[in-house]
Amino acid sequence: MSENLLIQLSVTILFLPLLGFFAVIFLNKKIPNMYKFELGVISLTFIATLLVLYGKLSGYIDETIIGTFNWIDFGKVPVLGSVTIELGVKLDNVAVIMLFTVNLISMLVHYYSVAYMKDDIRYNLYFAYLGIFTFSMLGIVITHNLLMMYIFWELVGLSSYLLIGFWFEKDSAADAGKKAFLVNRVGDIGMFIGILILYTNYHTFTFDEIFAQIQNGVIPFGSSGWLTAAGILVFMGAVGKSAQFPLHVWLPDAMEGPTPVSALIHAATMVAAGVYLVARIFAMLTADAMVFIAVVGAITSFVAATIAITQNDIKKVLAYSTVSQLGYMVMSLGVGAYAFAFFHLVTHAFFKACLFLGSGSVIQAMHHEQDIREMGGLRKKLPITYVTFLISTLAISGIPLTSGFLSKDGILAGTLAFGDLTGHWLIPAIGFTVALLTAFYMFRLVILTFHGKPRNKEKYDHAHESPKLMTVPLIVLSTLSIFIFYTPNPLSPDAGWFLGEWISTPQTVVPQSSAFEFMNDGTTGTSNEIIHSQIYEDAMHHAHYPAMFLSLALAGLGIFLAFVFYQWKKISADKFAESIKPIYQFSLNKWYVDEIYHYTVISGTLAFSKILHWFDAYIVDGIVNGSAALTRLISRISGLIDTYIVDGLVNFTALFSGFMGLSLRRLQTGKVQTYIVFVIFSVFVLLWVFNSI
Amino acid sequence: MLQVGLEHFLFVSAILFSLGIYGIVTRKNAVMVLMGVELVLNAANINFVAFSKFGNFGINGQVIALFVIVLAAAEAAIALAIVLNVYKTFVNINVDEINKLRD
Repeated sequence: MSENLLIQLSVTILFLPLLGFFAVIFLNKKIPNMYKFELGVISLTFIATLLVLYGKLSGYIDETIIGTFNWIDFGKVPVLGSVTIELGVKLDNVAVIMLFTVNLISMLVHYYSVAYMKDDIRYNLYFAYLGIFTFSMLGIVITHNLLMMYIFWELVGLSSYLLIGFWFEKDSAADAGKKAFLVNRVGDIGMFIGILILYTNYHTFTFDEIFAQIQNGVIPFGSSGWLTAAGILVFMGAVGKSAQFPLHVWLPDAMEGPTPVSALIHAATMVAAGVYLVARIFAMLTADAMVFIAVVGAITSFVAATIAITQNDIKKVLAYSTVSQLGYMVMSLGVGAYAFAFFHLVTHAFFKACLFLGSGSVIQAMHHEQDIREMGGLRKKLPITYVTFLISTLAISGIPLTSGFLSKDGILAGTLAFGDLTGHWLIPAIGFTVALLTAFYMFRLVILTFHGKPRNKEKYDHAHESPKLMTVPLIVLSTLSIFIFYTPNPLSPDAGWFLGEWISTPQTVVPQSSAFEFMNDGTTGTSNEIIHSQIYEDAMHHAHYPAMFLSLALAGLGIFLAFVFYQWKKISADKFAESIKPIYQFSLNKWYVDEIYHYTVISGTLAFSKILHWFDAYIVDGIVNGSAALTRLISRISGLIDTYIVDGLVNFTALFSGFMGLSLRRLQTGKVQTYIVFVIFSVFVLLWVFNSI
Repeated sequence: MLQVGLEHFLFVSAILFSLGIYGIVTRKNAVMVLMGVELVLNAANINFVAFSKFGNFGINGQVIALFVIVLAAAEAAIALAIVLNVYKTFVNINVDEINKLRD
């Protein structure tokens, strides 16, 4: 396949779902079952994606294919010089693998939804929304510049909003949609400022051109502090979209949307866009920015994991687990383990989508019961769901032979290496703690849902396995959670094609003084074979086995504890919770983050808007009303002048003329004799006048 | 002995003129008004003749007096014709009732 063909195919992939969206949204009233068109479109997109994936990885494995065109040519602009906005497609291995991941999960979710959403009143519209979501997400994946990234970034925000609030008849769903949108705005504004800083200095939005200029020693406003700021500000976008602490609050609420949507958008793809963004700008991150990112990721993963332990809603547990895993990926990028972060993104996308779709299957079987305290014993009723759910749980817990083990182990090794090289030992400590917590809460979820005795007999009796349309996606996704798709050696991902051949860490471009020493040891390769710092690779290699044993031990401990508490009931979970009540409450109430926001940001905003309202009502309206009253007064005076002075003058003239006319009319008698008298009288007058002169 | 001079002529002509004017102004009948006009013209004639005699204008005054007599005859003819027509239109010849000019 030629490069051009790949570019054209990827653009086709981008626009096909948009076509589906428009077709469905405009024609669904006229043509019945319009959703089938969207299904066809997404299948076609997936086939095209397979072609691109094959073409890229077989023919251009070490090359980056870029296709651009000029979108807007502003010509000469004062200050900036000639300004041209360029759009383009960048196909590197990361992009095509992401393309595959997004489209595969999107397609599976489409088919799954056919069964899951069966009786919904806005059935066709749902598929239209899925179409525009897929379009927006693909735009983020294949773009080669920050501007287009930002545009599609907002578009996924929009589709996420539409789908979270899809059942807007429920107040909680409508509120959750609004919350997601508003919280995301907070992050997006930071991202926007970051993009503007970069554009002001480099006059381009394109990643590669920005990196090239940084490498040539051009840094924003001549200070590496600004470079750090730009990195952190762009990362703000990821904080919002990838639900990092402290903007993670929207994601658990987003579970108000339909479950397949949670699987596609709020677990596998859109929330990973933040991680993808950080991966895209990875080369320009300074050491300070990376530490910041690592710390944010670590805090997020820890906070979310501690919350997930006590939640009782099956989707809430998975939501917090997603937040925690996203924190893992971000932390991994922060510590420099780029390849493993992306690897975890992909593996997590598959197993978390599987978990969510599995939970959807459970929820439907239980007639829309989401509380795990009402479940139990479902493994006999839902065997396929149980097995796929278990495989994915093993993967997320990091048990060998699964994909999750490979990626998670890599991330932990990365944090260990980072701690070793920089002395930030807190980050690996949190990483391993989270590994323990993850295993614990995931198995708690599995045991409470599928094991033991049914706690709600009535609902249990009515439960039944989901139709094939729903179980086949589960099987596909859980199969992809097995190691063999990524590497032949189940213990070491480095030997595999995914990390060995496809994904390599980009060399950092920031000046030596502001980069980590270990990231910048001068072993820069040519652009085709970018070599990551050897010191870091070595450190990671050393950390590999300790990390593996430690994480395995912790995961095992977590699973053991989960069995002790919930399966064998050696220790009563309730009594234990009672004995550590303050901590339990703290976790159950999600660290009171929502409450803190309620009493600070939200009430602050409300108070501020009240002040503004007062200002509006009394000052602004006062000025307006005052000027209106003044105008009225002036017009009244001018009216009086008009009526009495101007009109008075005119009327007086008329009256006077009339009076004179009336008076003088008497003289016009029409009698000749009178006139003669006048003539004679006049003659006398004239005589008298001329005489006196 | 009282010499008859210019002043006597002018005095007579002034009285005559005044009577003529009085006639024109006061009489209702158009014929009487015309007669007043004749008096006024003749008062002018006396003036012309008197100035011809006492002034040094030569024969001119008397000639103009003759002209005025002819003119008066012509005027009388036309005016009476007008009066006849007025009578035909308004059935009377009272000048104070003929005030159509006002309209």
